[in-house]
Amino acid sequence: MSAPSRPLQDRRAPYIMLAPFALIFLVFVAWPLFQSITLSTQRTFGPGTTKFVGLENFIDLAGDPMFWIALKNTVIFTLGSVLIQLPLSLLLAMALNRPNLKGRALFRLIFFCPVLVGMVFVAMMFSLLLQRGSGGVLNRMADQVLESLFLYDLAGAIFKDPWLTSANIINFPWLEKYAMWALIVAALWMFVGYNMVYFLAALQNVRKDLLEAATVDGANAFHRFRHVTLPAIRPVASFVVLLSIIGSFQLFELPFFMFGGPGYENRGLTVVMYLYQSGFETGDLGYASAIGWILALILMAFALLQFILARRDEGTLE
Amino acid sequence: MKHRHAIMMTCIYVTLGVGAVITFLPFLWMFTSSFRTNAGFFDTYFLPVDADENIAWSQLTFTHYHKLLFELGFGRAILNSIFLSSVTSVIATLFAAMAGYALARFQFRGRGFALFVVLAMLIVPAPLLLAPTYQLMYDLGLIDTYHALILPAAAPAFGVFLFRQATLSSVPSQLLEAARIDGCGEFRIFFTMALPLLRPMIGAFLLITFLWSWNNFIGPQVMLQDVDRFPLAVAVGNLKGLYYQDYGLQMAGTLISILPVMLLFLMLQRDFISGLTAGAVKG
Repeated sequence: MSAPSRPLQDRRAPYIMLAPFALIFLVFVAWPLFQSITLSTQRTFGPGTTKFVGLENFIDLAGDPMFWIALKNTVIFTLGSVLIQLPLSLLLAMALNRPNLKGRALFRLIFFCPVLVGMVFVAMMFSLLLQRGSGGVLNRMADQVLESLFLYDLAGAIFKDPWLTSANIINFPWLEKYAMWALIVAALWMFVGYNMVYFLAALQNVRKDLLEAATVDGANAFHRFRHVTLPAIRPVASFVVLLSIIGSFQLFELPFFMFGGPGYENRGLTVVMYLYQSGFETGDLGYASAIGWILALILMAFALLQFILARRDEGTLE
Repeated sequence: MKHRHAIMMTCIYVTLGVGAVITFLPFLWMFTSSFRTNAGFFDTYFLPVDADENIAWSQLTFTHYHKLLFELGFGRAILNSIFLSSVTSVIATLFAAMAGYALARFQFRGRGFALFVVLAMLIVPAPLLLAPTYQLMYDLGLIDTYHALILPAAAPAFGVFLFRQATLSSVPSQLLEAARIDGCGEFRIFFTMALPLLRPMIGAFLLITFLWSWNNFIGPQVMLQDVDRFPLAVAVGNLKGLYYQDYGLQMAGTLISILPVMLLFLMLQRDFISGLTAGAVKG
């Protein structure tokens, strides 16, 4: 047994090692977390003056149209991120995972780079790239591509009054009307390589012998993916989906700088932007905390769901 | 069969190539834009051309960089960012490494509870803590100081989790036992034996926290008031409001801001990507 070695271990050592983290955590993380509960039952005018209002903040939130707009926008962005970004990430990872692929490290490096750029800086770039009219780089490039593929001519030949025209593409109002799509595009550029790295690591768990056996048995590419690859990467995939949902729900800097605030008709308003506005522009830290708690509860529900699904998966594997 | 394989590989290279070009173009565009004046900024994508359709090198300018550094105080903002991110990342990594190691390799009372707290913190969204942290810093008189930013970041639950995983997988218990039998003190064991073995995770987590701190906008925006204390994320954000039409200037500011972290990443990238996925794949 390890009995003789135990006394050698200094009993105080683990506490001393844990102490710096634990002390700072208690004062600057746990205490604010606890305080956020109290704050959410208060109406505040800056940090100085507070008034107890009970659950009024939450009741007000339920009837606050701005909050619902923010929540709707955030859900749209999250769906866009998960449904568009993650399949693309997986596709890139599978392409990079081909044996004998040359330049794998370089491709991985290039795809990963955008995530190093902070949200603020990505917003600075994309607010220029996605402008409408002659200033919009993306629109002008799209226009040239569509023109060279004769798609305008095709649309003109099929429809009497085609929407797909050069003028419409050049003036496509990303930052005005299609705010959430603009964000999805910017986030796609930023995060596709980041998620790819997770999938690439997960693909190392796929057993090559099973894939080969399936090929010998005549399974096509889709069946091999569905029955061999997918089950093997599933734990990581569900983790990546969860991370993606958590990150998407906390979207703030990207719209804040791309639209300079909530944008045209509040189409760029997100939950955390509304939290920021309530707490630090209006000065109601209590209302901001209430919004924070709604956000936290939504994300906890997703985490719980992922946990339950992961448990169930483990059960079916036995 | 061989023919089909070749077609498949060609498709893959084309897809990856197109993806890489799309990923790279915004960087190139930002780089060239930062040397362009507003005159004819949008006439061509990357470089200005003269009447003969030749590249007009003479129209490129360093004025944006000059203005940022010598008129708009960006030199100060760069130093602020470097200071804030370095201090934050070193403290956070040291504390997380010690706590993670303790949770992985010691049996002690309260260990289960500490572990539970660390795991539970992983799902608390940061914006929830924004208002109460502001309130706390106000009460402590720390508004408009770097303490308000560094202290909350010095206790990263996520980091403790990562270092616990790393310790479990790469610091063998037998090694520690042997060192104890040789009469080595616990802290000497940690600093001279465990830390070197945890080096990949240290590199990864230093970079994660450095990046997080460097790119953090909402924290400094809320906690700081004095312009002289603003880090790059806030300084660049302000360009958007103050120099709305000055595109070249905005891109120069953005480039200055992302260049240092890009260089840091290129130095540490091997550790970084493996450390990033370690929690997910082994966890």
